[in-house]
Formats: sequence, C-alpha cells, structure tokens
Amino acid sequence: MFEIEVDGRKIQANEGETILTVLRREGVQVPTLCFMEGLLPSGACRMCVVEAEGMPALVPSCSYPAAAGMKLKTRSPKVLAARRTVLELLMANHPDDCLYCSRSGKCDLQNLSQEMGIRGRRFPATRTPQDADVSSPSIVRDPEKCVLCGKCVRVCEEIQGVSAIDFVGRGSRAHVGTAFDQGLNVSSCVNCGQCILACPTGALAERSYIDQVIAALADPSKTVVVQHAPAVSVTLAEEFGVKPGKDVDGQMVAALRRVGFKRVFDTSFTADLTIMEEGSELVHRVQTGGALPMLTSCSPGWIKFIEQFYPDLLPNVSTCKSPQQMMGALIKSFWAEREKIDPASIVSVSIMPCTAKKFECSREEMGRGGVADVDYVLTTRELGQLLRIFGVDVATIAPETADTPFGERTTAGKIFGASGGVMEAAVRTAHVLITGQEMGDLKIQPLRGQKGIKELHAKIGDLEVGAAVASGLANARKLLDEVRAGRKDLQFIEIMTCPGGCVGGGGQPIGTDQAKVRARMGALYQIDRDEASRVSHKNQHVQRLYQEFLGKPLGEKSHHLLHTHYQKREVLI
Amino acid sequence: MGTATTEKTKGAEGAEAIRAILEAHPGAGRDALIPVLQEVQEQQGFLSKEAVVQIGRHLKLPASKIYGVATFYNQFRFQPKGKYHIMLCRGTACHVKGSQRLLSSIVKLLNLQPGQTSRDRLFSLEVVACMGACGLAPVVSVNGEFYAKVTPRKLAEMIQECRQKERGDVSN
Repeated sequence: MFEIEVDGRKIQANEGETILTVLRREGVQVPTLCFMEGLLPSGACRMCVVEAEGMPALVPSCSYPAAAGMKLKTRSPKVLAARRTVLELLMANHPDDCLYCSRSGKCDLQNLSQEMGIRGRRFPATRTPQDADVSSPSIVRDPEKCVLCGKCVRVCEEIQGVSAIDFVGRGSRAHVGTAFDQGLNVSSCVNCGQCILACPTGALAERSYIDQVIAALADPSKTVVVQHAPAVSVTLAEEFGVKPGKDVDGQMVAALRRVGFKRVFDTSFTADLTIMEEGSELVHRVQTGGALPMLTSCSPGWIKFIEQFYPDLLPNVSTCKSPQQMMGALIKSFWAEREKIDPASIVSVSIMPCTAKKFECSREEMGRGGVADVDYVLTTRELGQLLRIFGVDVATIAPETADTPFGERTTAGKIFGASGGVMEAAVRTAHVLITGQEMGDLKIQPLRGQKGIKELHAKIGDLEVGAAVASGLANARKLLDEVRAGRKDLQFIEIMTCPGGCVGGGGQPIGTDQAKVRARMGALYQIDRDEASRVSHKNQHVQRLYQEFLGKPLGEKSHHLLHTHYQKREVLI
Repeated sequence: MGTATTEKTKGAEGAEAIRAILEAHPGAGRDALIPVLQEVQEQQGFLSKEAVVQIGRHLKLPASKIYGVATFYNQFRFQPKGKYHIMLCRGTACHVKGSQRLLSSIVKLLNLQPGQTSRDRLFSLEVVACMGACGLAPVVSVNGEFYAKVTPRKLAEMIQECRQKERGDVSN
C-alpha cells in the first residue's frame, strides 16, 4: 500500500495495480475503448491517457502500473486535448451513419463523442471503403465501422481459444480479418458472438432475421410459432432499461402472443426432455462401456469448436440435439400431426441468447425432407427490437403462461441458462436413476457461480461421480487437454461456449459484463428457490409426451427426432 | 483431369518439402515464425493456405495469427509467382520520377493488384521499397532483369513483348 497524488488529492494504491484500477476505485472517470476487465491491457486506443509529473509523455492509465509518489493529472488541458484528438482521429475514418447503425445509442464511440462534446468532423479525411462480411449465418462484420481496438481479437483468442480473427495488414491498410481474409462462414469462427459484446461500435452485429419473421407473421398461409430459451426471460428487461436480474417470463410470453405468434413454447420444456434423454444416454454409456466422459451438446458454438479442434473426442459428445432443435423437431412432427398442420407451412421461430443458434438451425442434419426444424432464430436483442417495432410494452403487459403441450417446465430446465445448470439438473435426475430416491437438498453449490471450471466429486449411492463444468471455450480446452492426456475421474462434462453460460451469451443485451452475468444467474437460481417443481423427471408434460408419442428415452422415435451426429470439420485453423 | 492430378502431386510434394523445413526447427514456437515463413516461401515461391495450416500445426499457432504476421511484411506473398514476375520500385527516387503513374498503368494493363498473380499465371506484380538503382529511376524488373527510366508507354511495350513471346512459345 502506498500513496499517489491524483489531481492534487492523495489516494491509496496497491503494488501491482494499474493507474486505471486505482482511479476507477476512487471514482475518477477515465474514458476507455480498448480496455477489457479481466484481460491483460493492450494500450491500443490511448483514450485513457493521464499526465504523470516527470514523465516526458502522457501515459496510458490502463497499462501503466501505479508507483509510490506518482503525481497524476487526469483532466489537465494536455490530457483533455489528447483524448479529444484520439477520438477525432478515429472518427475521421468512421462513417457518419449513426441514424442507421444497429449500435446507435449503445455505441462507445458515439457515447464518448457525446461526453466529450464533439460537434463536428475536424479531420475531413477520405474514408477507406471496405466490404462488409455477410457470409456468416450468425455474425455480420462491417470493417468500415471498426476502430481497431482489438477487443474482438482478444476475446476470440483469450476467452474462447478460437482465434478466428486477427489483425491483418499494416498501417492504413490494417484491418481485422480471418486467415486469408476469407468469409467468417468458412473460417474457424464458432459463431458465439462474444466479439459482438466486446465491440465498442457497430462493426460487429448479429445477422438479423427480424424482417423475415415480420413477413412470416403477416402471411396468412403460415402458422408462426415461437419458443424462448431459459436465459432470455432474465435478460429481456435490460433491453428496456430495467436493471439486470429481473425475470419477465410471463410478460414476455404475453408480449410474444401480442406480436402475433400462434403458440408460445418454452425451450425449458425440451431442456427437461434433454435431461431425460441425456441422463439415459449417460447411464447407457456407463453400463455398456461407451465413450466417457460424456460431453454435453446443448451449446452450438462448442459443437463447432469440438468438430474443428478436437475431432478425436467427438465420440464422447452426447448425441442429444440441443433443446432448441429438440423443440424444433417436435413442433414439426408431433405437434404438426396433432394440430393437423402441414409441417412445411409452419414457421418455427426461436428466441435465443445466442448467435450460434442461427448457425445451428441451418445445419443440414437439423431438419427432415428439406424442411428445417427451426426457421429463424432471433437473439434477445432482436426480440427487444421486434417488441419496439410492434409497440408492445413489456413493463405494463399482464403476464401469461406458455402453451401446452410444450409450455410446462421445471426449474431444472430453467437453470440450463447458467453455466453448471445442465449438470445440476442432470445430477438431480441421475440421483433418482441410480438410487431410486430424490436428493435431500437439490441445490448443488459447487456447480454454481462464475468460475471458468467447476467440479463436483460426490458419492451417489455406491457410485463415485466425477463431473466438471466449463464455460468459455479457452476453459473447455484446458479440460479437454486433460481428458486427452488420460484423465479418468470424470464421467460427465458440461461445456458452455460463453463465459457464465447462456446468461452471458453472444445474443444478450449489449453491455453484458461479469456483474450483469452474476445478477442474471441470481435471477435463475431465485426461480429455482421459489418454485416447487425442481426436477426434470417430474415434468408432467414430458412424461405425457413419452406416453403418447416418444415411447421411452433413447427409443426409436427419440433416436430419429431428438438425436443427431457430428463430423470432423475442415476449416483453416 | 490431368491437371488436377499434377496439382495434387505437387501439393503432396510441397507438404513433404515443408515438413523437412519444419523438422529443422524442432520444438519451435511463435518466435520462429518469421524465419520459418521465409524458408517456406523460399522453397515454395509463396505461402499457400495448406502451408500456413501446416506451419500453424508445428508452431501451435492459429492460421489467422500467421496470416496477420505475414501480411504485416511486404516480403510475403500468398499466390504463386507468374511466369513473368514484375517488380516495381516505389522508393523515393522512383517516386519522384513518376513510379506512381507506372503503378496505376500496370494495375490497369494487367488488372492486377500488388501481391497478385494473373489468372493465366503469366504475370505477377510485386511492389518493392527500393532496388538500389536510384540512378536509373524509375526502375522496373522482370524476372530479375532491370529496365531503366521506364515510362508507361515503355511498360506497355514490355508487357506486349512478354505476351508475344508467349504466343511464339505456344505456336512452337
């Protein structure tokens, strides 16, 4: 602990802290563009410069360590002029189309420009025209709006361990691109969308399908149904300015009906179904000597990741489709039959916290006879947009419940939205499969929280159970490398692509950070605490579905509709 | 079909040659990237996608990172050289003597950007910073042969000559 002087005020700092950390703790606002909480600083944007007495030049506070006796000025004319110039230079090569930009209102560049009171283009440079990359079903990249802060590159490499993109070229030609500047669709990109959340501008956005959904809703020859993922109801309110951690499940269901969807189904229902299928699959593998540890398959970014980087471990991946695709398959088979609707005239929309789901629904194997099981995927952000377009006010609408037969859910299905939730739900049901008895306390604390890797070693009946949970694909890499190296104490591994699981998904509201992820997780676990139905095997409608249609878990119908296969994927890695 | 087979054999031979280069760098990491890229380009004439993936596996680096590093430096190219490899000097003396005009006319004549190779594999264009022949500015070299005080008209004639030679080759 030592003292430094900031703008004439004495404040305490600790060894090893950066100047920025100290300033933020003391309530001194310093603008940043390239700074990322929890990652090593890159010092690329120079927005955070401060003046340090005795130093020849301004220092970037994000990457400069605080030292005893330092005398800093954070708002001297020199500092303010430098920050302003940095912004004005960035804006010299930035389009002036905020009116049409998907990021308007949530753009760091726009906000900083407002905060600094910039009222004109000081450097009228000619802008470099660059083509947008619209090749991906999930993500659109517009390099003209890029400020080269490098956050997307770092998140892709350090958090996700994918490195699909990097800085390409030099000087005025430098840009962020894939290997050989190919389209994202043929790169190693797993479509997770974490780069979108990291991007300070509109250079990265989801590929939007709002127009297609609106057109379908207006088409009288179509039956448009919708499903919504467990993690959407606890984040949608943020799109309307409510602070994180509020669940608006009922209001969202009502709002979706108001928009015109014929049926509103809850993907948490198929999450419960996933537990029945995946649990049975695990037991089957243990009994028949199948590939272990079994790896979960709900997260489509993770699936593409393993197909590219660890194809040797594909036999370990559960053959279960994700809850989205199970629901999609059931809607266009069981439900279509029951309602006597031609599956080809059903438009199946899903609301997901995820950009990779857009890719998943377009996978060849996710449909039958040329009819895709899920037609369009909208992210939480796009749902916010859709509701604004339709003028539906989530705050005042009266809550409603989702439709039968896929509307009932247990809280086990709901906590799928948080990293560790699938495992917790699975252990609750596995306990019954193994011992014949319900667990005493259903809460499994070691599987909760925001740690990148969580493990559970417990005795269920006579069985030593080893389970691990990873979120963020760089963490998944660590676990997979251990498994490759011969680690044997794990039977089941849950992997979620995004840090914290779906509540931190790439389709969630802009401004997602670890504190918000914590609040959203809290909302899911609050639901689990408040409600009575907490184990997937007690979902009445799931049981009825087995009785009336599917037969039994891993049965022939299940195999046909709810399970799939994976293949090694050749991309430039 | 014959061509496809040749390309395939070529690819296999290329992979073998690259493997030999990589084996000379056992246990190498990212700090060996540039020397490895230089050796591979020396051997292959350019850096192919396959080569980059192969190098990436050995050095444990993603292809995007290798491409990023390689595009930072002018010396690396990603398409094979053409039969006539044209180097155009954009150094200071050549610039003063009008090399920008030469560049625009060559880009127009061959429909090529620097670093690219024409689809018939006849011409490739490389822009260099200085060839050390400033007294002869502006300088262009074709397959190592230097042409002094080049004008756009002379350049057009040079290219025409190459094309004529090609036609002669074909009729022979």
